[in-house]
Amino acid sequence: MNPITDFESLAKNSGEWLRGTGPESDIVISSRIRLARNLADFPFIRRCSQDDRDNIERNVRARMDAMADWKDIRYIDIEELSEVDRQFLVERQLISREIADAEGSRAVAIDPGEQYSVMINEEDHLRIQVMQSGLDLKTAWARIDALDDQLEGAILYAFHEKYGYLTACPTNVGTGLRCSVMLHLPALVITRQIEKVFRSMQRINVTVRGLYGEGSQYSGDFYQVSNQVTLGHSEQALLALVGEEVVPQIIQYERKARAFLVEQNEQDLHDDVSRALGILNTAKKISSEETMHYLSKVRMGVNLGLISDVLVPTINKLFIHTQPAHLQKLHGRVLGSSDRNVQRASYLQRHLHGEMGDGDLN
Amino acid sequence: MKCQYCEKPATFHITELTEPSGPKVMHLCEEHARSFLQKEASSPVASVAGALAKQLQLGQTKKEIEELDQKECPVCGISFFEFRSSGRLGCPYDYTFFENDLIPLLNNIHDSTEHVGKRPRRLAASADSQARMIQLRREMEEAVDLEDYERASEIRDELKRMEEELNKPATQKPATQDTDQDDENASNADSSEGEEQS
Ligand SMILES: [Zn+2]
Ligand SMILES: [Zn+2]
Repeated sequence: MNPITDFESLAKNSGEWLRGTGPESDIVISSRIRLARNLADFPFIRRCSQDDRDNIERNVRARMDAMADWKDIRYIDIEELSEVDRQFLVERQLISREIADAEGSRAVAIDPGEQYSVMINEEDHLRIQVMQSGLDLKTAWARIDALDDQLEGAILYAFHEKYGYLTACPTNVGTGLRCSVMLHLPALVITRQIEKVFRSMQRINVTVRGLYGEGSQYSGDFYQVSNQVTLGHSEQALLALVGEEVVPQIIQYERKARAFLVEQNEQDLHDDVSRALGILNTAKKISSEETMHYLSKVRMGVNLGLISDVLVPTINKLFIHTQPAHLQKLHGRVLGSSDRNVQRASYLQRHLHGEMGDGDLN
Repeated sequence: MKCQYCEKPATFHITELTEPSGPKVMHLCEEHARSFLQKEASSPVASVAGALAKQLQLGQTKKEIEELDQKECPVCGISFFEFRSSGRLGCPYDYTFFENDLIPLLNNIHDSTEHVGKRPRRLAASADSQARMIQLRREMEEAVDLEDYERASEIRDELKRMEEELNKPATQKPATQDTDQDDENASNADSSEGEEQS
């Protein structure tokens, strides 16, 4: 089959998880679960020969093709993609940085709604992933559980009676499950409470990390909370830890911080978010870090009712669409970084002014 | 190789598995390894390095670890040294072959050594039969390279047979015992009685 060549059309749409709806969607962007699985009859990736990798890929693909529910699946051979296309899939969170940068045969299967993807030959033979918008780990689990059952019917997994699903890294063994909730926490950042909140989290089996571009001073408002252990707790217990204990607490802190900002200083805050929107609306050139920074402020402003003529789904989409590979796909050609800054500014303005409409959001 | 912090030879090569920036390799003498690993152990990121630290604290000596480093999995050939410097195991059988050495690690990382939760509905292959399948696959690739297609197709048939044998609902028999019933009357374990799932 041909490698997918219509990334341009994929680029124009947004995954379901960016709809900006779902529980707590003023603060929670998305919920994601991934399962690590390995085939029983192959070594783990690190010790795979070239033949092994090819065989795994071919094998898994043939079996997925035979699965009734997977008729519309897009199957993408990552090895054959250009650098920009790989980056595009990373920006879209359909594949990991690790598999993008790896060598040898590897692939990803994606459903048309972009709710789930299956990476083949990542660190484990299979990395199954499901995304939902808002805080909704339960729906995500129901989907991924069903998908895993189907795959399990066709593929013999490496499983140990005592240690559970066997994975290349012992940090994933057992359930092989990592559930992650992506949070938008600008007020905790502004009020400098974020460190304190996360220090208190370290004792309770979750990890927190900044989402985009470490080292970039402008992209600090997004955080991902995930379970740390995978062995000795059921899937439900892990989902409950993240989705019912930890995340709701953080949401509360963020809400309090937002209320505090409004109370103390509504005018300053209003000024700040309006200026952010102003810059996005008028800049002639803008970097992706700056865009992230100002979009984050605007998003909070919209959620607090300080800005009214922009929609959250639009902002969510712009976060993704203004990243380098997306911009190039949308523009239809490779762009250098200063060209990108110009195109980004113009793209932002077309969308924030509503000329493009939001018809392409679903 | 010298220790990154002093002039002594580096005898510990530790890979920090801090996601998402990727593994970071440290080359350290025993003393610096101890202090580094002790620090790591308190970090929120579950890591092989941190887990190894506790093993050191519990009194495993450098010599013992060096001996352990030599150990190699008979199926995939990975050494314990390679595992602890990469943080990645080589095959499913490693969990059986290195079991005693992995238990303290699992305990330190997860505070548990026992899976609770979902299990495959079909019979899990025993460690031995998984190992056997990986080895057969290797042999098959070798046979193909040597253009011994007859041998290759024999192996393919055997692999297929093994997989069919395993392709049964998990309720049928205890998975610990399914290994080496090395006669071909495996078919009498057929699954005709009632309990069929979906
Ligand atoms: Zn030293
Ligand atoms: Zn092995």
